[in-house]
Amino acid sequence: MHFTFTEEHEELRRTVRRFLEQRSDEQAVRRAMETERGYDDDVWSQMAGQMGLQGLIVPAEHGGAGLGWVEMMVVLEEMGRSLLCAPYLSTAVLAAGALVEAGSEEARSEILPGIASGETIATLAFVDDGRGWDVADVQMQATKDGDGWKLSGVKNFVLDGHTADVILVVARGPDGLSLFRVDAGAAGLERALLPTLDLTRKLARVSFSSTPAKRVGASGDLTSQLRRVLDLAVVGLVAEQVGGAQRCLEMSTEYARTRLQFGRPIGSFQAIKHRCADMLVSVEFAKSAAYNAGFTAAEGDGDLASAAHIAKSYCSEAYFHAAADNIQIHGGMGFTWEHPAHLYFKRAKSSSVLFGDPMQHREQLAQSLGI
Amino acid sequence: MSMKTMSEAELRERTRALLAEVHPDKVDRTTFRRAQFDHGLAWVRFPEGHGGLGLTANLQQIVNDEIRKNAKTFYEDMAINPIGIGMGGPVVLTHGTEEMKKRLLRPLFTGEEIWCQLFSEPGAGSDVAGLSTRAVRDGDDWIVNGQKVWTTLAHLSKWGMLVARTNPDVPKHEGMSYFLLDMQSPGVEVRPLYQITGEAEFNEIFMTDVRIPGDRILGHEGDGWKVAITTLMNERTSLGGGGGSRGSGPIATLLRLWKNREKAAFTQASEAVMRDRITQLHIECELLRLTGMRAKAGLRSGIPGPEGSVGKLAMAEINKRLWECSLDVMGSSSLLYEAGYELKRPELHGRASRVEEHAKYQFLRSRANSIEGGTSEVMRNILGERVLGLPGEPRVDKNVPWKDIPRGV
Repeated sequence: MHFTFTEEHEELRRTVRRFLEQRSDEQAVRRAMETERGYDDDVWSQMAGQMGLQGLIVPAEHGGAGLGWVEMMVVLEEMGRSLLCAPYLSTAVLAAGALVEAGSEEARSEILPGIASGETIATLAFVDDGRGWDVADVQMQATKDGDGWKLSGVKNFVLDGHTADVILVVARGPDGLSLFRVDAGAAGLERALLPTLDLTRKLARVSFSSTPAKRVGASGDLTSQLRRVLDLAVVGLVAEQVGGAQRCLEMSTEYARTRLQFGRPIGSFQAIKHRCADMLVSVEFAKSAAYNAGFTAAEGDGDLASAAHIAKSYCSEAYFHAAADNIQIHGGMGFTWEHPAHLYFKRAKSSSVLFGDPMQHREQLAQSLGI
Repeated sequence: MSMKTMSEAELRERTRALLAEVHPDKVDRTTFRRAQFDHGLAWVRFPEGHGGLGLTANLQQIVNDEIRKNAKTFYEDMAINPIGIGMGGPVVLTHGTEEMKKRLLRPLFTGEEIWCQLFSEPGAGSDVAGLSTRAVRDGDDWIVNGQKVWTTLAHLSKWGMLVARTNPDVPKHEGMSYFLLDMQSPGVEVRPLYQITGEAEFNEIFMTDVRIPGDRILGHEGDGWKVAITTLMNERTSLGGGGGSRGSGPIATLLRLWKNREKAAFTQASEAVMRDRITQLHIECELLRLTGMRAKAGLRSGIPGPEGSVGKLAMAEINKRLWECSLDVMGSSSLLYEAGYELKRPELHGRASRVEEHAKYQFLRSRANSIEGGTSEVMRNILGERVLGLPGEPRVDKNVPWKDIPRGV
């Protein structure tokens, strides 16, 4: 593992940061999170048109940039930092990742160009109602219906499931786990926006009742490919967490430098200074965890599952503690609606639970280590 | 020091030439290390004539790799003269006279003359600049009285890097000077300092009317703090984690203990709790290792980031928790300390012991990790102030003559 970001990566980071500072500042985040759709169409089309972000990992032959997971990590770190409200994790990471890793050639040519151009909002629906985040937990059955398939059942916690034009559903067919496409407006499809703790990330409950679907998975049982899709989604999510945690650290230290009490900056008190120093240590560790997972994903030859478990466990807790300490260091101000600290706190909690909480990832890591 | 360029291939060639002339498998340590020094391959970043070639520090790796590849015998600097090579050499190079460099660096590198560091005192720990050991002029010489503590290797040392107060009437940082003390001088008494393990890795040093010749001062009179900082900076870079492969080191011991556990002693609930603790520690050990690798990658690319400064603090705190967890895995058998507490000097290369005994020893020894080389509290101040830019504490000892600062015994 070499952990070296190139000058191109740094340039990408600067470009995305500049864009988000203009288009996803705190006011923009608050406006978007209050809407039901949860994002701004103009920003979304600029992200695709000007910067090609939605097609980052989409292969060039399908209209994307054909870049890899290190670039994705750089982009998502910036999005996490600015709390961008957009169906990006669902469309460009989960759905695009599922098609690249587990989709049939036909499905890729059909869906990926729309994702890359920003015209298609897509998501992956995999968590069965009442079950866990591991794809092996999926019980929903797909039944053959003439040339196509039918789906019945409920998928919960579907990222941007209420706005997605294309929903990729993980369900069991005759050869095992596969991927099925359901379009918005399909018969028997019901989608309900969930009242989320974190307003910046929209989740939906999606019900299927003999809903017509098209099989878009490659042939055979796709359990291991779909596991990899989720490991890659974890890489994306931990990068977001690192960006958010770094921002919390910066807000805390900035405030500790300038807030005066008892005639001195509160950052001169060791009670505050040491809290910030501990936050720095855990943010640096979180970066090591996330970058290791990202470079492992990009290089494709390491133990991605373990790297993802380590990163999801550590980055979740590091971000949560950074966001919680950020509120504490800001005192009463940090508890107000007006201050952005709660936006990060809620995003940190939701990110910790999404794709499996830290304890679940430690359990899976423990099993692989024989602990 | 001018930075010369030499290709890696040339440096390898030069190392092979050394090995052709003097091979470590065939001659004794002193003979080989002298030749290595004379070929400029001791520390390539030092200037020519002083054991180096004026190259960048990272190229030393090339020399070491080449020796390891071509010889069974490899001398680890840290095993030969850790304080001398880690801190003594750099401080002599930066602040010493040409004569000192000529006289001191070669036997320091070969290990013929061991070095120790005389900074900490019973009354000056984290606040080392508050130290009380006095050096008073007597003609050209200095007469030293005082006590130092936590001195590694003093009982084997030829030279001590001594910081003493030469002017008590000025604020504390301005009134110190840095001396090279011949540890065999009359009036120097070295006593073992026994730790909570029963071993004495360290010493107490009592200095009574010790005479130091006037030309054994490093830098000028009053420059002691500045010179000491050079030494301490080198200490920080020689500490900190980052080596080994995934899952190696202390975490491997913990996992082994867990495999050997008394299964009947655990309930389902206590087993679940322990598994989570162990896995958490595995994660943190792995991230300590990866953070060390990131720090090294940052140094190579010339942009050292904060990841370098977090290593010492993180390592100390993780290590303590890891050994605490080890004892919890051992359950009731942690009531016993089979090795016993015989007061003694540690054996140089450690003693072979059962993994359980090793863990109990480390459980005790690791308490020092967050005290030695900068307490975790001091490390947090450094991270807070130097990395995050937070303001310092208001100081009650600033601009006050040292003699007027309240102090304990």
